[in-house]
Amino acid sequence: MKQLMKGNEAIAEAAVRGGCRAFFGYPITPQNEIPEYMSFRMSEVGGVFLQAESEIAAINMVYGAAGSGARAMTSSSSPGISLKQEGISYICGADLPCVIVNMVRGGPGLGGILPAQSDYFQAVKGGGHGDYHMLVYGPSTVQEAVNIMYNAFDKADKYRLPVMLLGDGMLGQIMEAVELPEMKDINSFPKKKWATDGSGIGAERRVINSLFIDPDSLEKQNYNLFSKYELLKRDETQYEEYMIEDAEYILVAYGTVARVCRSAVDILRGRGIKAGLFRPITLFPYPTDRLFKIADKEELKFFISVELSMGQMIEDLKLAVNGKKKVNFFGKVGGNVMSPEDIVDNLISKIEEN
Amino acid sequence: MEILYKKSKMLTDTPLSYCPGCTHGIVHKLIAETLEEIGAEGNVIGIAPVGCSVFAYKFFNCDMQQVAHGRAPACATGIKRCNPDKIVFAYQGDGDIASIGTAEIIHAAARGENITVVFINNAIYGMTGGQMAPTTLPGQKTTTSPYGRIVGVNGNPIRLSEMIATLDGPCFVSRVSVTDPVNVRKAKKAIKKGFENQVNKKGFSLIEVLSNCPTNWHMSPVQSLDFVKNEMTKTFPLGVFKDC
Repeated sequence: MKQLMKGNEAIAEAAVRGGCRAFFGYPITPQNEIPEYMSFRMSEVGGVFLQAESEIAAINMVYGAAGSGARAMTSSSSPGISLKQEGISYICGADLPCVIVNMVRGGPGLGGILPAQSDYFQAVKGGGHGDYHMLVYGPSTVQEAVNIMYNAFDKADKYRLPVMLLGDGMLGQIMEAVELPEMKDINSFPKKKWATDGSGIGAERRVINSLFIDPDSLEKQNYNLFSKYELLKRDETQYEEYMIEDAEYILVAYGTVARVCRSAVDILRGRGIKAGLFRPITLFPYPTDRLFKIADKEELKFFISVELSMGQMIEDLKLAVNGKKKVNFFGKVGGNVMSPEDIVDNLISKIEEN
Repeated sequence: MEILYKKSKMLTDTPLSYCPGCTHGIVHKLIAETLEEIGAEGNVIGIAPVGCSVFAYKFFNCDMQQVAHGRAPACATGIKRCNPDKIVFAYQGDGDIASIGTAEIIHAAARGENITVVFINNAIYGMTGGQMAPTTLPGQKTTTSPYGRIVGVNGNPIRLSEMIATLDGPCFVSRVSVTDPVNVRKAKKAIKKGFENQVNKKGFSLIEVLSNCPTNWHMSPVQSLDFVKNEMTKTFPLGVFKDC
């Protein structure tokens, strides 16, 4: 049965049903409903909720909890996610699974509290120090966010890395009808032999660590991490195509913006303009191979990367297209969101320019 | 033949990486013996900090986590909340606990987290080569206070134990030293109390151990122990600041 839920609360409930039993957070708008929801929901399911003294502490609590085998998560928004970067780097360095929600708001600095996609680079390129990535999803509806969150801990555990759900203020605050999945049986999850559950001694003891003082060991760890990212590229890349088949103009957008683009495509098609939408669902791994292929389409004239930033995802799009077709940009920033008509007008002006 | 003394089984066989004359090894031994005496074998998760004792994860014969600089109390909180029946301890130096990780230790203490924290105060950043620490004594020379710590410029040393003892959360806060057998025995008693409190679910315990750094203090081991005894204790008096 579908129910009307706010994005943040639906995501929190999906995390619980996906097996989350430890939540550590710190207040920041526009994600406050997640810790608020978890503060009672965790006690209902026998989990752990703690409001930390800072985002830095929260992510290190996640480190400790995840390192001892718990399905642990944190959530925050842009400035708070910046504070978590140290911990995220250590989590990646130590091969720990966890889930992180970033309900992005405009920046830099304290910025604003309204929707933005200006943390794309930070999310997909690493964010903290060192060579690493996370598995990053950019859901565009509350239902999709629920579905992704429901399986996020399975993915995190499978690859032993953080999964980031990259939303924005709109996704967190919007209310939509969602179908919630069944509660997963937490006893069914695979055992984590590597986790420091306290029982280790002698040859059996476990160490959670990101320090590799010997250069050969650190080099090996770097290669280990990147071999996981190769698996992600092969097995986890997700995207959606809408009216791509005969498209002469392809809008590329993720998250909230992709929904606006979809409406724009409908308007454009109504006017006889062959527009389509390509929507990356995973932002890391980016659907590079598919876009590289699409760029070969003869009828395709150009792409437009549509973003709530000054142009971040466009860099990955350009790398994917590799010069085969022109890649244009249309963005809105500061918490302003474009309307479908804005996109229509922008595309028509680009057609006239070309 | 009766065995009167042997290495604790809670220590691994890995050779310690500490400098000659450093008292980290003594404190490691005291913790390991305590863990053995309270029967915690196979039930412990320890946390290694950043600093000289970063390699503590190699030395304690139990599950260990190495964590970012200053964040051990947060990490310990995450572990303990998810594993309330395990013995969880954090081992931290002065830069770790009283500078970069001040927020984490104060809030873990204020929450009364049921963990044991052992704080090695040697008034210097040892691992990085002898820079000024939050606990460096007034007038003490370091590589970043080459004229001696001038309090008007470099600020005053922090008495962390006294600060922590003002909070309602902790159940035991004590400062000890390991300069001689009498004090080693007292330190052992305090450390053991800190762990027994945890077993008895009494909450947060902090044991500050005044330690030396012959290498970066540019002293012989004996001189450095005399310095702890005669100089450090003036700024950092030994004692129990909270016990309930």
